[in-house]
Amino acid sequence: MVVAITFEHVGYTYQADTPLATPALDDVSLTVPDHGYLAVIGHTGSGKSTLIQQLNALLKPTTGQLTVDEFTITPTTTNADLKPLRQHVGMVFQFPESQLFEETIQKDIAFGPQNFGMAETDALALADQMLTQVGLDASYAQRSPFELSGGQMRRVAIAGVLAMHPQVLVLDEPTAGLDPQGRQEMMALFDRLHRERGLTIVLVTHQMEDVAQYAEQVAVMRQGKLVKEGTPQEIFGDPDWLRANQLDVPRAAQFAQDLTAHGVTWPQGLPLTASALADQLAAQWPKGGAAHV
Amino acid sequence: MSKFLFGRYLPLDSIVHRLDPRNKLMLSFCYIILVFLANNWLSYVILIAFTLGAIRASTIRLGFFLRGIRPLIWLILFTVDLQLLFSPAGGHVYWHWAFINITQFGVINAGYIFIRFLLIIMMSTLLTLSTQPLDIATGLASLMKPLRWVKVPVDTLAMMLSIALRFVPTLMDEAQKIMNAQRARGVDFGEGGLFKQAKSLLPLMVPLFMSAFNRAEDLSIAMEARGYQDSDHRSQYRILTWQRRDTVTWVLFAVGLALILICRRW
Repeated sequence: MVVAITFEHVGYTYQADTPLATPALDDVSLTVPDHGYLAVIGHTGSGKSTLIQQLNALLKPTTGQLTVDEFTITPTTTNADLKPLRQHVGMVFQFPESQLFEETIQKDIAFGPQNFGMAETDALALADQMLTQVGLDASYAQRSPFELSGGQMRRVAIAGVLAMHPQVLVLDEPTAGLDPQGRQEMMALFDRLHRERGLTIVLVTHQMEDVAQYAEQVAVMRQGKLVKEGTPQEIFGDPDWLRANQLDVPRAAQFAQDLTAHGVTWPQGLPLTASALADQLAAQWPKGGAAHV
Repeated sequence: MSKFLFGRYLPLDSIVHRLDPRNKLMLSFCYIILVFLANNWLSYVILIAFTLGAIRASTIRLGFFLRGIRPLIWLILFTVDLQLLFSPAGGHVYWHWAFINITQFGVINAGYIFIRFLLIIMMSTLLTLSTQPLDIATGLASLMKPLRWVKVPVDTLAMMLSIALRFVPTLMDEAQKIMNAQRARGVDFGEGGLFKQAKSLLPLMVPLFMSAFNRAEDLSIAMEARGYQDSDHRSQYRILTWQRRDTVTWVLFAVGLALILICRRW
């Protein structure tokens, strides 16, 4: 297994050495394989955002170290040569539409690539290309980003990050505040990037349905600690543990568990997505007969 | 951003924290007068002792105050240098070149100015470290009340002040977030030449202004929805009351004033 991301005993304390010091990460060790899809779940304030900001050294660990492909980040890493790392790790923050500032959408998307040394004409051409990739019409290129709706602004912001051609894409609640359709389209876009361009994806989210459907690996954070890590099947296979930790269970898994109480069994394991649930139910449905429930 | 100490509140529970904010404001103001009354070494020693005593009573570590001085150190040194080099002649002349004289008088004055700066910054840092911004606003509004007689819209001003203060941390958080997002897109803040640095502020300032305007609009709607009316007389949730400890501070202040009046060179 080729490894893309390794956390080795990473700890982080905000405002270290002041009376306001608050520990946010405590001894986190974790590996993500190359082309992997990791979902990070946990309560607000559990250290998810702090964890992902380590990935492009916006925050540097106070103890331990991490590696992202060929880059190593330690507590003593200086700010001097972070550009290659920042280009390698694309970061979509919560409500990324707040990072838009240029006069035109095209210029805003081209901003990142230009910072990493791309010529202006190339960057502008790339911007047009990215615009269509995130599902916006090419005619938007010359409009101001501030004329758009919230959902469209978010697409532009994401296009701006994708234009940097990152190998690792970090997403911090990318669908928060979007309508259900926008959410689905957005998640499908990330999934396509993951499968077609082989991007390693780290997703922070509260949407367990998205985790169940797309993630290959799940990390559960609580009070700065990594409390559980495994495949979605392993994590969601134990709905009682999740509820004890005040985390949601995917709706399909919830429904399947309720059915278990009525005597339905799941030979292939608890289904986590609606389609898996439907498949397993259909397989055990008596041929042409009435339901036995 | 976190190095910017002026205006940051440290939530501790000391007698200084519990003082009436109005009182702390008045004391800080009168303290400045006291600092300018002092004009010989003995009176400065007394002032330093008083300041250190107040800091001690606040239970805040001295290091915080020294860090508060750091951003202003160039301004202080500049003023001290002016005083040192261009003082009017007086006393022994140590060094002379063209119109520049370093005199005994100048050296002593420069020393005084340095101590004055230090003391005033320390005391105002103490005020902001030990008082919540909102309490400062309430205190100021309360002290401004007499201005109503000359038709100053005191309540509106107080509301503006407390809203502005309320949004300082919000906007600082926002700025931090936007800076992070732009750093992730390859911006280096505070690097390169002056022109490059100014240019790198644009991706920060434009979104910050956008968000501030949006917030202001949302807030005004929310206030109107709850029936806010300009220039109405407003009641207050937190009523400030003068305590015995506040009186004690003025007794201490009177002692300090008396000592300095006795010790200063007339």
